[in-house]
Amino acid sequence: MTQHTVRAYDEELGTLSSKINQMGGIAEAMLVDAVDALAKHDVTKARSVIERDAQLDSIQHDIEELAVLIIARRQPMANDLRHIMGTIRIASDIERIGDLVKNIAKRVTVIEERFLGVRSVTGIQHMTHLVLGQVKAVLDSFAQNNPDLARHVWLHDGEVDTLNNSLFRELLTYMMEDPRAITFSTHLLFIAKNIERAGDHATNIAETVFFIETGEQLSGPRPKGDSSVFAVSGKDA
Amino acid sequence: MNSASILTAEAPNAAASAGLAPEPKVVARNVDVHYGEKHALKAVSVDIPARAVTAFIGPSGCGKSTFLRCINRMNDTISTCRVTGEITIDGQDIYDPRLDVVLLRARVGMVFQKPNPFPKTIYENVAYGPRLHGLASGKAELDEIVERSLRRASLWEEAKDRLGESGTGLSGGQQQRLCIARAIAVSPEVILMDEPCSALDPIATAKIEELIDELRTNFTIVIVTHSMQQAARVSQRTAFFHLGTLVEEGATDQIFTNPRDRRTQDYITGRFG
Repeated sequence: MTQHTVRAYDEELGTLSSKINQMGGIAEAMLVDAVDALAKHDVTKARSVIERDAQLDSIQHDIEELAVLIIARRQPMANDLRHIMGTIRIASDIERIGDLVKNIAKRVTVIEERFLGVRSVTGIQHMTHLVLGQVKAVLDSFAQNNPDLARHVWLHDGEVDTLNNSLFRELLTYMMEDPRAITFSTHLLFIAKNIERAGDHATNIAETVFFIETGEQLSGPRPKGDSSVFAVSGKDA
Repeated sequence: MNSASILTAEAPNAAASAGLAPEPKVVARNVDVHYGEKHALKAVSVDIPARAVTAFIGPSGCGKSTFLRCINRMNDTISTCRVTGEITIDGQDIYDPRLDVVLLRARVGMVFQKPNPFPKTIYENVAYGPRLHGLASGKAELDEIVERSLRRASLWEEAKDRLGESGTGLSGGQQQRLCIARAIAVSPEVILMDEPCSALDPIATAKIEELIDELRTNFTIVIVTHSMQQAARVSQRTAFFHLGTLVEEGATDQIFTNPRDRRTQDYITGRFG
């Protein structure tokens, strides 16, 4: 990208981007740790995840302030304007991911350890793996100004939905078999739902990145839920 | 002479009252301008829609003012200037040798960068054109034209009690509105504005922009501006000029949010070296 005549403008835009990357890094690590804390029932780790959410809120605050300042100071146009507006939206999506992960960590602190080890936790780990891949890819697409990668993320959200659906059925069966596991299973259901929603935020970010880079909205058919499973896995294969 | 006026005011109004989509008012095809050896404008083709504001933007020396001045043949006054190609207004060639240039300039009014009222009274500034062109049959009619023009230029309330005072005694913003009143007094179809706000403060600028927005319901307006924000605010179409060529022309909303050409993007985002 050609540089602005006013160098400070480039620096301000650079600061916005680096703060997004910083938020993304924190949110990714929080998700990894929250699910790790679940698998190992590590309450200390879960608490550290809860505490880290405040960092995301604080950086999001900085991003909004800086974005407003740049708009007031530079009257941005075209791709610069899209970049700034997009940054505000992405920060908000990452902040929401942080809230969802924090909620997972809170559940880990109250969950009963004796039910751990059920297959569902493995399912959740698998979902987390997929969502982390989505989040990481979409943050890369932002950092690399890559609309194709953003579109790829947007198209591959269906796998997470599918996993969430099968996990839902599995936990229902489990609850019917053993009513004592209902509380635990309900927590797991919410955890799975939170991870799935974190994936939704990754696709929101993908839409924003695509708009920043191209000025167009992502459109067209998009695989969703169960019906997508063959199409998606076929494409991946 | 009157019947020889090849640019009639009635035609577009008739189209408007019939509810038809506006035809392009001004059409330029392959317009080249040379100042002596210098090739100032290269093969510019553009349609300027009726009753809308079209903004010309671009760095200094890009040819936007040169092109603006082609539309009312102001470049004729420069002896070394040579214009080729075709410019039509309502389908009629304005470089036709049979055309009366004085009448053309009554049909295509102009407002300049620096307010330039005549060193006459406010009343005379506005009445001068209509009187010259014989548009009023008597004092009462002339009074009416002056009042109407000043009202349309949003200057009437400020000027009605001092019509006999010199136009040069007004503030800069008022002087510019007086120049706009003077331009619209002869009922032009097209108004050309060459950086009309660059000598004004932000409040006077806002008043002129508000005025431009009102005037576009009746006039075809072409504005050259160095302020990208102004172009984005007041115009419906924007044309970007660079090094004598028209790089990109399109809906203003699109030009300022998602320009197609890299040079346009670099210019409007402040990346031009």
